[in-house]
Parts: sequence; C-alpha cells; structure tokens
Amino acid sequence: MTGAAALDDKVDVAVIGAGPAGLAAGALSARAGLATVVLDENPAPGGQIYRAITTTPVQRKEILGTDYWHGRELVRELESSGARLATGATVWSISRDLEVAVSHGGRAHLLHARRIVIATGALERPFPVPGWTLPGVMTAGGAQTLLKSSGLVPEGRVVLAGTGPLLWLLAAQLLRAGGAITAILDTTPRQNYVRALRHAPAFVLSPYLIKGLRMMAEVRRKVRVISGVTRLEAVGEGKLKEIIFATGNGAAARMAADLLLLHQGVVPNVNLAMSIGIVHRWDGLQLCWVPEIDRHGNSSVPDIAIAGDGAGIGGAVAAAERGRLAAIAAVRALAPAAVSGLPAEQAVMQALAKAEAGRAFLDTLYQPSADFRIPAGDDTIVCRCEEVTAGQIRANVALGCEGPNQMKSFLRCGMGPCQGRLCGLTVTETIAAARGVSPAQVGYYRLRPPVKPIPLAEVAAMPQPESAVKAVVRR
Amino acid sequence: MFRRLPEAAGAALAVSVDGQRVEVRAGDTVAAALLAAGFGHCRTSPVSGAPRAPYCMMGVCFECLVTVDGVGNRQGCLVPVREGMLIETQRGEREVGR
Repeated sequence: MTGAAALDDKVDVAVIGAGPAGLAAGALSARAGLATVVLDENPAPGGQIYRAITTTPVQRKEILGTDYWHGRELVRELESSGARLATGATVWSISRDLEVAVSHGGRAHLLHARRIVIATGALERPFPVPGWTLPGVMTAGGAQTLLKSSGLVPEGRVVLAGTGPLLWLLAAQLLRAGGAITAILDTTPRQNYVRALRHAPAFVLSPYLIKGLRMMAEVRRKVRVISGVTRLEAVGEGKLKEIIFATGNGAAARMAADLLLLHQGVVPNVNLAMSIGIVHRWDGLQLCWVPEIDRHGNSSVPDIAIAGDGAGIGGAVAAAERGRLAAIAAVRALAPAAVSGLPAEQAVMQALAKAEAGRAFLDTLYQPSADFRIPAGDDTIVCRCEEVTAGQIRANVALGCEGPNQMKSFLRCGMGPCQGRLCGLTVTETIAAARGVSPAQVGYYRLRPPVKPIPLAEVAAMPQPESAVKAVVRR
Repeated sequence: MFRRLPEAAGAALAVSVDGQRVEVRAGDTVAAALLAAGFGHCRTSPVSGAPRAPYCMMGVCFECLVTVDGVGNRQGCLVPVREGMLIETQRGEREVGR
C-alpha cells in the first residue's frame, strides 16, 4: 500500500510493527476477513531480526544464515492475506478509544481501529560504559542492520564486547561476509554458568542448542575470545582510539580499536505500550519491564494486545506464534464465525511452548552483570541525550530524589529525543541500587505521546474530530 | 570504518552533505550512507558539543539526527536517500523553525 490517504480509514485491526509478531498477526487477522493494516516506521518489513528481508543486497544466503531467510515466508503470508502494509509509517500515539495516530508521507493521519496489536519488539539493553557515546562505538545490532540493509561490513580493528546470543550470531555473520574481528570481549559473568545449569535439561530440547554451539565453535576458530571481562572502557578524543578492559580482578589491559560493537541482550521496547498506561511489571530474571498480559497477549487496556518481544523476550519464532495468538483473539472478538478457518489455537500454543523451551537457561546464562548495568564510575554517562552521569543520579538520590520522574525534573535525564529508551533501565536500576530497594519499587519514567517526535505542522494540519472541536469551541 | 560487499554495490545516486556532492547507494538510509561515505560523525551534542555518530541504526537512540531538506532532527537511520537530497550535519541545538 502506498496511498497515504488510506491511513485515514476505519479498520478492524491495526498492527503496529512489521517484525515477526506483526507480520504473523496481520496475516492471520486479514485471512479471517478482518480489515487489517500493518504499520511500520522502517522503509521495509521484517523488523530487526528479518530486517531488509525483501530488499537486502546480501545475496550469498550463508552469510545471514537460514534462520534469517525464514522471514520471507512471513512476508509472503502477509502479502497473500489481503492485509495492507504501510512502511515509513511512524505511529506516534494511540488512545484508549483505539485511535492510532500515524505520520506517513509527511502528513499526520488518524486511523480508527476496533483492536490494536502492539508488536513494537525489542531494543538492545543500554550498555553504559565510559566512552560509549564516542563515534566508533555502536551496538552490535546496529552493525547487523548495516550488513542486512546495505551490505556494509566493518573494517579495521573491530572489537565485539558483551554477552548474549546475538553477539555470537553477529560475529559469525561478519566472518562469513569476509570481515575480520580483532577480539571478542565476553562479559558473561562466570557464576552464570553455574546458575544456568539447573535450567539446562529444558534447553536440551531447544532448537537453539545445537545451532548455538555450532556458531560459537565457528567463531572461536577464527577470533580471539577473552572471557570473564569485568571492566570495559572506550577511550578516544572525538572518536574511539582504544579499549581498556580487565578480566576477573586482574589489571587493566589496553587494545587499539577503530570500532567497538556493544551488546548485552535485548529488552522490550515499552514506550508505546506504557504511553497508554498498560500495566507493566519488573521481570527479575530478564531485568526489564514486561507488560501484564494473558495467553493471547491481551493487555490491561481493553482491545489492545501486545505480541512478540515487546511482551517479554522470547525470540523470533516465539514472536510469530504470539502474533498468531493475538490475531486469533481479535478474530474471536470481531468475527467469531471465521475462527474455524484459522489454525487451531492448541497447535499455536504448542508451537509457542516449543519455541520458548529453555528460555530460562538463556536468560540466566546471559543475564548481564551489574557491573555493566549500573555504572560504578561517577563520570559514566547514563543519559546520552542530556549527558547525565551516574554520579549525578546518585548525588540526587542522596538528596532525597527517589524515582525516575523526580530525577527528570532535577537532571533532565530521559527528557531528550530518545525519551528514555537508552537510559530508562539504567536510571531505574541505579536509583534502586543507591536506595537499596528493588527496581519495582523505584518504577519507571511516565511516558507520554507523542512517543516519536513529529513536526508540529503535521499535528496542526490534522482534521479535528467533532469531539475535539466541541471541547474548545463555544456554542 | 565500513566497506561494501562487492555483491551489494547497487545503483548510485548523488546527495549533498554539508554542500559537498556525495555518491551514495540507492536503497541506503541517510545514516548508512554517511557511515559508508566515511563521515565520522553526523552531529555534535547540544549539551557539551561532543561529536556523535549513529549508534543503534534502528530508530531508538536518536544519535543519527541530521537536517534533511531543511527539516532538522530527522532520524537518519529511518530516512532512505533520494537523488538530490540535501543533508546537513547538525552542530549543537536546533535553530527555531528547522
């Protein structure tokens, strides 16, 4: 779909995000005859895991791997379903009346839905180490996007640092693409291996086990891997020059580098869901906020479901199954007669359980160390946008500032353009540690629309609904 | 910092970056095009003036903010390049009106 005007229509189901969850939800909902639109701010469908799946210039299939190419089936399912896909469409607000405000083609549109499926996925967990704002430091996911979308491979002295499956996947992909990696600095805490053991039996059933081991072996054959890293700093004047690191309680070592790629897992992207007041809870294992949902993804706000990694990290395969469950719930609510034509809910539930098998093992093994979530050094920047440091946050806790929203008023942390996406978890955990309470007690930023910035002119030019006019015009 | 896979060369088009003509690959986003062309950073921060470069490439970090065709603070990683596009790196705060 390219016509911008079509976004001013009424639809049955509005799906926000065209990653695995959104593609699967949109396809199933449209197949059941519901008028469905799938909105995504990116130029093409796929989300992050299947980024650029329809446009990637990377032709050799083995570079990105077979799991990546599965994404094509999801896009095909959507294309043949009758759902409308709008790319370059940024959702900046949703309301409890199920109005979806979209910026598309330089205009703001108001779409009226009968149900909304939020499938906004995950983002990489903040990695607040000294120097992480320097040019030459970026996320591993960022480098992966450059490879998938543009066929760009890092060159020079490239160092990967952090923990989690994506770090190994990126390393394997870069090597297959002919890239060189100077070193991998593995920050997985050594005690995690012991703690994860009790979850190992369930993980043995996971399809990720063999793949993961094979991938790590492939990388280790070609790259120097330094394990047990407990300290990490990016150093340079105006751009990255070297990395300072240490293992265990050992002395600091230095390593010259042109590019440092950071990663320590992914967390739900909560901004849109929280902006409408969907209830979230602190997940003590995944160390992030997850929405309170039922088996079909229904949230605390009526007729709004959350599917995919935005509902708690489960991976791409689980995301698609969760998308299908959200679609089945939508069909049951809006067109019950059409449910019989859909895949059996029981089968989808079983597929989801299979995809999630052993998740606790991964979550425990790759739970990032407090050293890299709560900066020890006072000078480390926590809020990149407003350049607020960990020391400033702790100093304000000492003055009696007890939560992130009060902290905003004092320090402006979380008030820059990223709206807390890159600092929120760090601010919550830093305050919690300083106060000696749990992150759940500290809470999170109050998020408000617009969740993405849009030009004022677009808002001003929007046709006003009758109720809005009545609210301000005297009769 | 990045090189292009030979198979990914693709069609070229021309944009302007700070008044300088730059050949970029059709299909790239502004942020990817700047990195591919060797631009070390795309803005300086409005707080300390420190240089910043694209960080997440997925629309969440807002480090790749640039002025595109006169509109300030566009997320370079979400905007595909177009022939003749006027891209400006940003220095510090936005001026009123752009």
